[in-house]
Formats: sequence, C-alpha cells, structure tokens
Amino acid sequence: MLRFLLRRLALIVPTFIGITIVSFGFIRMLPADPVVAMSGERGISDERHAQLMHQLGLDRPIWQQYLDYVWGLLHGDFGYSIFNHRPIGESFAILFPATIELSLAAIVFAIVIGIPLGVIAAVRRGKLVDQLAMGGALVGYSMPIFWWGLLLIIVFSGILHWTPVSGRISSDFFIKPVTGFMLIDSWRSGQAGAFASAVSHLILPAIVLGTIPLAVIARQTRSAMLEVLGEDYVRTARAKGLPAWRVIGIHALRNALIPVVTTIGLQVGYLLAGAILTESIFSWPGVGKWMVDSIEQRDYPAVQGGMVLIALFVMVVNLLVDVLYSVVNPRIRHVR
Amino acid sequence: MADTALPDPTPAELATEERAPPSGLAEFWYYFRENRGAVIGAVFLVFVILVAIFAPLLAPHDPNDQVPSALLVPPAWQPGGTWTYPIGTDSIGRDMLSRLIYGSRYSLFIGVVVVAISLAGGIILGLIAGFARGAIDTIIMRIMDVILAFPSLLLALVLVTILGPGLTNAMIAIAISYQPHYVRLARASVLAERSKDYVTAAKVAGASLPRLMFITILPNIMAPLIVQAALSFSNAILDAAALGFLGMGAQPPTPEWGTMLADARQFILRAWWVVTFPGLAILFAVLAINLVGDGLRDALDPKLKRS
Repeated sequence: MLRFLLRRLALIVPTFIGITIVSFGFIRMLPADPVVAMSGERGISDERHAQLMHQLGLDRPIWQQYLDYVWGLLHGDFGYSIFNHRPIGESFAILFPATIELSLAAIVFAIVIGIPLGVIAAVRRGKLVDQLAMGGALVGYSMPIFWWGLLLIIVFSGILHWTPVSGRISSDFFIKPVTGFMLIDSWRSGQAGAFASAVSHLILPAIVLGTIPLAVIARQTRSAMLEVLGEDYVRTARAKGLPAWRVIGIHALRNALIPVVTTIGLQVGYLLAGAILTESIFSWPGVGKWMVDSIEQRDYPAVQGGMVLIALFVMVVNLLVDVLYSVVNPRIRHVR
Repeated sequence: MADTALPDPTPAELATEERAPPSGLAEFWYYFRENRGAVIGAVFLVFVILVAIFAPLLAPHDPNDQVPSALLVPPAWQPGGTWTYPIGTDSIGRDMLSRLIYGSRYSLFIGVVVVAISLAGGIILGLIAGFARGAIDTIIMRIMDVILAFPSLLLALVLVTILGPGLTNAMIAIAISYQPHYVRLARASVLAERSKDYVTAAKVAGASLPRLMFITILPNIMAPLIVQAALSFSNAILDAAALGFLGMGAQPPTPEWGTMLADARQFILRAWWVVTFPGLAILFAVLAINLVGDGLRDALDPKLKRS
C-alpha cells in the first residue's frame, strides 16, 4: 500500500510542473503581450510599455520568469486581476464554495437517482422498465446541458413560476458568508425563508449539472450489477433462501458499487467543465462563470490563475479517487 | 534490417484468409443488427447526412436571408404562424428551418474533423508510447496527464482564447482536449498486443518497426478506438455547440446550432421556438450517434457482447 501511495504521489510532480508550464505559457502565447493585453483598447506608449514590462519582470529571461511564477504559486501568489485588482487566490476562495456546493448537489442528485435506476434496470433486464431507464439514460447522456438549462427555465420559471431564474438566493436576504455554502449559511442565519430560498435557487442548476453524471452512473451501475448478479455467491445467497432485496441490495450491490465509485470520482472533471455552462446560464456566482466572464473581459491573469487552481484541484481529487479506489479494491495496487 | 521474404502460406492459412473478411463484416452486421436502437440511430444519422448534403435543395429559404417583416414569427401551427416559415423565424427574420438544415452541415463537419484529428494524433502518439516505452513513453503519458487535469471545456475555452474565436480554432481546441483518451487507449492496446505470438512472428520474419506498428498491430487495436471515435464524435458536436453558445465557437451569422442558441437566449421567455428547435436538433443528432456508438461497441467488443 505504501509503495502504491508513494508511486502515485510521485506522479503528481510531473503533472504539477506540466500544469504550471501550460498556465505560464498561456499568457505568453496570447497574440498580444501581457502589457498590451492589460492596457486594452486605449493603447499604450512605447516608453510606458517598456517601463511596465520591466516592472512586471517580463524583460527577464524566460526561465527566470517561469521560476518566479512557480515560486509565487507555491507561496499562494496567483497574480492580480486586471479587472478589480484583487488577488486571484482570494477571488477564487470566495467563488469556489459556490461551485463546490452546486457540484455536490448535482452529484448527490445523480447518485440518488442513478444508482437505484441502474439496479432496477439490471434486475428487470430486458423488460420495459429496463428499456425505459436505459433509453432515458441515453437521452440524458446526449443532452446539450446548456439547452436543457434553458428549457427548464422556460418550463419551471417562465410558465410554472416555481423556481427563480438566477443567483444563489433571493435578494431579499442578506447572508453573511461564513462557510461559503449558501445552504449552510442561510440555515445558520436563522432568517425565515432564507434556507428555502437557497434550496429553490439550487434545484434547477443541480438538475442540469447532474443530468449527464446521472446517465453515466445509471449505465455503469446496470452493467456492474449484471456482472455481479451472474456470480456464484449471488446464486448461493439466493439458494440459502435470502429475500430478494437482501441479495440484490446487500450481496450484489456492495460489490457492484466498486466500479461505480470510480465512475463517480471521474465525474469531477466533468462537473467543473459542466459548471462553466451551468453557472453561465443560471448566473451562479462560482468559478465557472468567473472564468467565462474573465475571458470575455480579457482579464488574462484571472484566467491564468483560475485554470491553474482548477487543474490543481482536479489533480488532487484524482489522486484521492485513486487512493480510495485502491482501498476498496486492493487488486489495483499491483497493476502497472 | 531488410525485409526477408515470407514463406508461402499453407492451404489452411489461405482458406482462413479467404473466409475471414466477409465473415468479419457479416459478424459485425449480425451483432449490430441485434441492437434495435443502433439501427434506428444509424437510420437517423443517414437522414442527417442526407439533409446536410442536400441542404441547398431542401431549405425553403436562404439561411442568412433577413426578412424585416417577419421577426419572431411563431411556428405554422400556432396563431400568427405561416407555412412560409414552418417552424418560425428568429429575432432578425431568418427562417429557422433553413438555418437548422444548413446547421447540420456544421455539426457533422465538426464531428468528422475533430475525430479525424484526435484519432490520427492518438494513434501515432499511442503507438509510439507503446513501442518506445522508457523515457519517450513517460514523457508522452505525462503530457497527456497534464491535458487531462484541465476540464475539457475549460481547456478548449482557454485554447480558443489563445487562437481566437471561430469554428476552425474551436475544432482544433476540442481535438486537443480529447487527445489523451485516444493516446491512453491506443497505448494500452499496444501493450496488450505487442507480446502476442503474431507480433513476435512478424518480428522474427523481419518486419520493420513502422510495419509492425501500422500493419501488424494497428488493425488489431482499432476496435476500441472506433468505439471511442463514435463517442467523441457526439461529444465534439456537444462541445462545439457549447463553445458556440458561449460565443467562442462558430461566429454569427453562421447557422451552427450552438451559436443559434446563443442568439436565442434573450428570447427564451418570449419565443420558445428559437430556443427549442436548435437544441432538439443537437439532442437528436447526438443521440443518434450515441446509439450507433453503443451498437458499434456491442458488435466490435467481444467482451461486452453478452451483457
């Protein structure tokens, strides 16, 4: 186990270096150099240009700039936004909980519906329920989620007036961010109706973001269940006369869940990509919307800082998933 | 090392060689046909391809023709609708149906180009990594790990920021973000195949390295790559539409489906048809391709055949 852990940890180093090279290279690959990009459409005199280049250290050798950049990253310096001149690490820390909250809600939605759906489809294999569930899963898997979001807004906000269109909570409430998670903060605030408002704002975005993971999880659960249901120990359990729910729910499902857990872990990258679209549609103030806004505003340091932070987050989560998986399934430790 | 002449095939080898190709295809069709969804998907896909090819003949109007007297005309079956514009017009008076018909060209084109780039790149890099092992393998695979650390849509967005918005750049960006999946798949298959007897036999017979890579092994690792290609074909359409929706893909007035949705966003509560139909077009196209992809997997991947 220790060897596996060390080997897996060692793999992080080249990935980290690669991520920093990509994000370092990003600003330098833009058609305009950073100073020109920052000055925007007003333009800038040659003299001031040279002065700024020197001030930002952009006239030094490229390797030195890179080392400085990585040094800064390791000390939590992710640069400053051109747009609001705030440290990027700080903006990220404020916005990231919103994305996490949305992603968690989405994955909970996907798991709570996806796993039972997959189990039912596997148990009733070939029957109408199976065909409907898997047909639905394939539609969900094929869904352009930005359109799905608009459609849900039309129906639930436009026609039925059940849910709000955008934001995290009604503007009637002022919630002081403590944890950054609106559900927790609004609950703690004790204001009547604040929690309900936060929930109603979260529902549609969570459904939209959770749709594709739901489909993936349902399909994966079904095929894992089918495999397990054919195993000898399941037959033994049945032969012992155990009730069906016990055989399916405990003997079979517990083993079928191993690949499903990996699948769920693999959704993290997807959730962050999907958050870009979902947050844009629902004006959800998280890092996805922030990235899109920063790109539109040509706030390149923010884009750079955001991408490095998101990539590092994905890297760490993937590591945790791998380690967790090796705990659940010891065989994997010995595979190259 | 020169190629030495191969010994003449024995009659048994000849016989299998003669039988193999038709039986392979027939077997493929047998399993593909089993999957009713796949056949429906294939039929719909052929329909979309025909629509794309014959777009100028099928479209009732020019997709970019703006008719100022027909802004946001609802579909024909709604009050105020007219059969001149069967599914209505958009906010500047362009016929929705014609735009959707022409849009099929873009989506198919995007899928083909993205798959072609990422498949070609993935095969070459995966074969190199699988054969070279050692340092080259490590370097290629670590680069792929780095690409994978960035969520695909974010990476595509950032690449488009560097390259500039537009359809071509969007396709390149998406292809790059898909690269690791192909490389990993190709490399893993190469590692599984390279120690098999037929590869050793080819090596002993004096096959050169490129021959071993592209003629001996490549045909035997194509099945998972084809399935992956089908999957990324549909993902490419979705991601390109997403980029278009965010204003970073195909630029207006191109009738690309995602770009059409971006234009339509501000009218969602006033004119449902400008939002609904482009999305349905994307959904159906992607669904058809995924159905075909499932069928391909069933037919090509023997391990999954029985499940």
